[in-house]
Amino acid sequence: MRGKTLRFLLLLAALALVIAAAGCGGDDEEAAPTDTAPAEEAAVGGTLVFGAAADPLVLDGALVSDGESLRVIDQLFEGLVTLEPGTTEVIPALAESWESSEDGLEWTFNLRQGATFHDGEPFNADAVCFNFERWYNFPDSFQNANASYYWQFGFGGGFANPIEGAAGPEDSIYKSCEAVDDSTAKLILTRPSAAFLPALSLPSLAFHSPKALQEFGADEGRVDEEGVFRPTGTYGTEHPTGTGPFKFESWTRGESLTIVRNEEYWGEKAKLDSVIFRPISDNAARLQALQTGEIQGYDLVEPQDIPTVEGDENLQILDRPAFNVGYVGMTQSTPPLDQVEVRQAVAQGLDRQAVVDNFYGGRGEVAHVFMPPEIFGYTDDVTQYEFDPEQSKQLLQDAGLTLPVEITFCFPTDVSRPYMPDPKRNFEALRASLEESGFKVTPKSAPWTPDYLGLVDASKCPLYLLGWTGDYGDPDNFVGTFFQDPQPAWGTDKNPNQEVMDALDAAEQEPDLEARTQAYEDINRLIADWIPGVPYVHTSPALAFAANVQGYVPSPISLEPFSIVSIEE
Amino acid sequence: MLRFVVRRLLLLVPILLGLSILVFLWIRALPGSPAIALLGERATPETIAQIERQYGLDKPVHVQYWKYVQNVARADFGDSIVSRRPVIEELRQKFPATIELALAAMIFSVAVGIPLGFLAAKKYGSLLDHASLVASLIGISIPIFFLAIILKFVFAVKLGWLPTVGRVSVLIDLEHPTNFYVVDSLVTGNWEAFVDVGKHLVLPAVALGSIPLAVVARITRAAVLDVQNEDYVRTARAKGVAPLIVDRRPIFRNAMLPISTIIGLQTGLLLSGAVLTETVFAWPGMGTWLVDAIDARNFPVIQGGVLFVSMVFVLVNLLVDISYAIINPRIRYG
Repeated sequence: MRGKTLRFLLLLAALALVIAAAGCGGDDEEAAPTDTAPAEEAAVGGTLVFGAAADPLVLDGALVSDGESLRVIDQLFEGLVTLEPGTTEVIPALAESWESSEDGLEWTFNLRQGATFHDGEPFNADAVCFNFERWYNFPDSFQNANASYYWQFGFGGGFANPIEGAAGPEDSIYKSCEAVDDSTAKLILTRPSAAFLPALSLPSLAFHSPKALQEFGADEGRVDEEGVFRPTGTYGTEHPTGTGPFKFESWTRGESLTIVRNEEYWGEKAKLDSVIFRPISDNAARLQALQTGEIQGYDLVEPQDIPTVEGDENLQILDRPAFNVGYVGMTQSTPPLDQVEVRQAVAQGLDRQAVVDNFYGGRGEVAHVFMPPEIFGYTDDVTQYEFDPEQSKQLLQDAGLTLPVEITFCFPTDVSRPYMPDPKRNFEALRASLEESGFKVTPKSAPWTPDYLGLVDASKCPLYLLGWTGDYGDPDNFVGTFFQDPQPAWGTDKNPNQEVMDALDAAEQEPDLEARTQAYEDINRLIADWIPGVPYVHTSPALAFAANVQGYVPSPISLEPFSIVSIEE
Repeated sequence: MLRFVVRRLLLLVPILLGLSILVFLWIRALPGSPAIALLGERATPETIAQIERQYGLDKPVHVQYWKYVQNVARADFGDSIVSRRPVIEELRQKFPATIELALAAMIFSVAVGIPLGFLAAKKYGSLLDHASLVASLIGISIPIFFLAIILKFVFAVKLGWLPTVGRVSVLIDLEHPTNFYVVDSLVTGNWEAFVDVGKHLVLPAVALGSIPLAVVARITRAAVLDVQNEDYVRTARAKGVAPLIVDRRPIFRNAMLPISTIIGLQTGLLLSGAVLTETVFAWPGMGTWLVDAIDARNFPVIQGGVLFVSMVFVLVNLLVDISYAIINPRIRYG
C-alpha cells in the first residue's frame, strides 16, 4: 500500500515540477524588449508593444471607421494635412501649403517633394487625384456607411454612381481633382465648407500607393448570388502601402500586428525600430499585461485602475484632452417632452454635478453645451440649468401636468465609454435626482449594441444616456452631427428645429474663422434654450504606459503618432 | 462496431440540420440588427437599411435560410460581417487555438484529477480524502475569471514566471502550418517557441481545467470506492493477487467507465468554459470569437461557429462511446 501511495505522490510531484519548470524556463522573453537596445542609443531603437482593445478590421483607411484600425493606419499613411500632436490644429503633412479661391470652391495644394510610398513609388499630384477618384468611384459594396463612413459623413463625399441611400454627385462636396503639375494638386468642390480642411486630416483620407492599390486588388471582389460583395484583394490585409514613418511588416490576427521604421521617410524618422499592436479585449488583462511587461502601454484605462497604475513606480498615466460629451438625450416627439417647460424641468431635475463628482474619478467636468471646450465655437455663456428640484416641480405644474410625471429613462448595459465608464451608476444617480424633482422614472435597459442603440434610434426611449467622441477638430463634428439633419433619436424627424438647422448649414459654409466661431457660439446658445437634451459631462480619458516610454503625446481625437515615441534605458 | 460508428455519424446530419434551423431562427429573433452593431453611435435609419440590404438581411428568413444551406453544402459559411473575411478562414485560425487550450486543460485535469481521486478513495476518510473533497468543491465553485486573475497575479505579476496574455510571445517568430502552436513549434523544430508556447498554455489550462479537475477527482473517488468492494476484487485479493495488480486491473479498469463518460461530457463543457478563459487571457480562440459575434449580431459567424462546435461535441461523445468498448469488452454496439 505504502509503495503505491508513494508512486502517486511521486507522480503528482513530477507533474508539479513540470508545471513549475515550464514556468521557470527562459524568464525574460516577455520582458521589455528594449533590453536588447545598445546602451548608447537608449532613446533610439527598440520595440514598443501596445495593448489594443481589438484587432484592426483592415488597414485601408478608406474602408474603416473604428479606432483600432485607424490607430495603426495613422502610423502608416499620411494625408494632405495632419494635426499638431496633442491638439486639433491643422498643420501641413503631404501638402506643404495650400490656398483656396475666393468662393471657397477651388483648393490648390502644393505638395511635398521627395516623399515616396513604401513600395518606392513617388508621391505626386497624380497619386492624390488617383486616391480621390478611387473614393468617389467606390463600387456599390464600399458605399455603405460602415465601409466608407468618413468619406461620406466626415468629409461629405458622395459617389459617381451612388447606390440607393448613398449621396450622389450633386450631394458630394467633392467634385473633381486636377493634377496641375507633379507637385500641385487642385481639388474642386461643389460647395464651400469650412470643415473641409480639418476633415482632410482624417486617416480615412490619407493616400495609398496607386500601384499597390491596383496590384493587390484593393477594390476587387466578387458579388455572390445574394448580391453580397466578397472582397478578394489582399491590399488592406497584407500590403497596405502609404508614405508614413512606419511600414507594415506582418499581422497574425488575434495576436500581433507589427510595423517597422520607414528608413526612406521624407521627414524625421521614427525613433522606435518597430511597434507591435497586441489585441487584448479584457481591461483587467491589459492592466496585468502592462504590469508584467508583456505590453508597454494601453488605451482606455478604467477609472478604477488608475490608482493601481499611479501607485506603481514602473508605470505612468497620461491624460488625453477631453474631446467628448456625455448627455441625457430626449426624444421630443414623445409627449410631454414636446413642451419646452418639461424639457427644462428635466434639465433642472438632473444633478449633473453629483454624477461628475462621484463617477469619473476626478477626470470629468460638468458640460453645459454639446461640444468640448477644446474646440473653437465653444462657450459656456449659455442658459445654464442648475439642479433645482423645486423649480423643476414648479415647471411641470406650470405645464399643466400632475405630479409625479411618469417618464421612461433608458440606459445601456455591457458597455463602457469614455463619456460613461459605468452607465448604470450614472443612470441610478440621475434617476434619483429626477424622482426628487417631480418625475416618476420607469427604467429600461438593454445591451449597448445593437439593442440599446436600436431602441434609441427608433424613438423608443423618451430619455436616454448617450454621448459622442469627436473625430476631428471642428464643431460641425459635434453639433452638426447631432442637429444639422432631423433624427428620430432626438425626435427632430417629427419636431424639427428649422432655426438650428439653418444656422448649422450657414456656419458650416462660413469661410471666415472668426465669423464661424461666433456662429457656433450663437448656435450653442440657441441649443441651450431649445434643450433637445442635457449635456452633463466632458471627460479626460487615461492611457497607461511603462515609465520608460517617452514622447507619447495623447491626442484629443485618439490618434497619436508613435514616430516620436521612444523608450528610455 | 463499424455499423454503430457509421450510424452515429449519419445521425449527425439531422442533428446539424435541426440545430442550424434553431440557430438561424434564434439569432434573427434577437432584437437589434448587425447594422446597428457595426455603426454604434453613428447608426441612422438610412445607414441601417443600406447595410441590411447589402447583406441580404432584408429578405424573408426562409429565403435566407435556403441560401445558407446551399452555401454550407459547398463548405461556404459566408463572410464575417465585421471583419469581412470568410468565416471558414477565421474558423481555421480560432478552432485550433480553442482545441489546444481545451486539450491542455483536459490533460491537466485528468493527470491531476484521477490520481487525486484514486488516492482519496484508497485513503478513504483520511485527512487527504477530506482535503481533496474541499479542494474539489472550491475548484467547482470558484468562477474561472476570478481564479484566472488570482493565478495571473501570483504567477505572472508577483513571481514573473509565466506570461498573462496570448498564445506566444510577440517577439517570437513562429510559422503556423497547423495553427496548433505546440504542433507548429515541434514540426518546425523551433524549441524556443515550444517552451514559450508551453508557458503561455500553463495558466489558461489550469484556470480552465479547474472545473473538470474537481469533477474528475470526485467521480474517480466514487467509482473506485464502488468497485473496490465488489466481489471480484475481494476474490482477487483473497486469491493473493498482489495489491498493486488489483489496483491496476479490476479496480482501475472498472472505475474508468464512469470516469471516461465524465471526461467526454466535460470536454464539451470545456468549450463553453473557454469563452471566459479566452477573454481573460486574450486567447484568440472560438470562445471570444463567438461571444463577440453574438454581441455584434454577426450572423454568419454565429451560424458557422455554433454548427462547428456542435459537430465537435457530437464527435467527442462518439469517441467516448467507442472508448467504452475498449475499456470494457462486455459492452457491444449493434
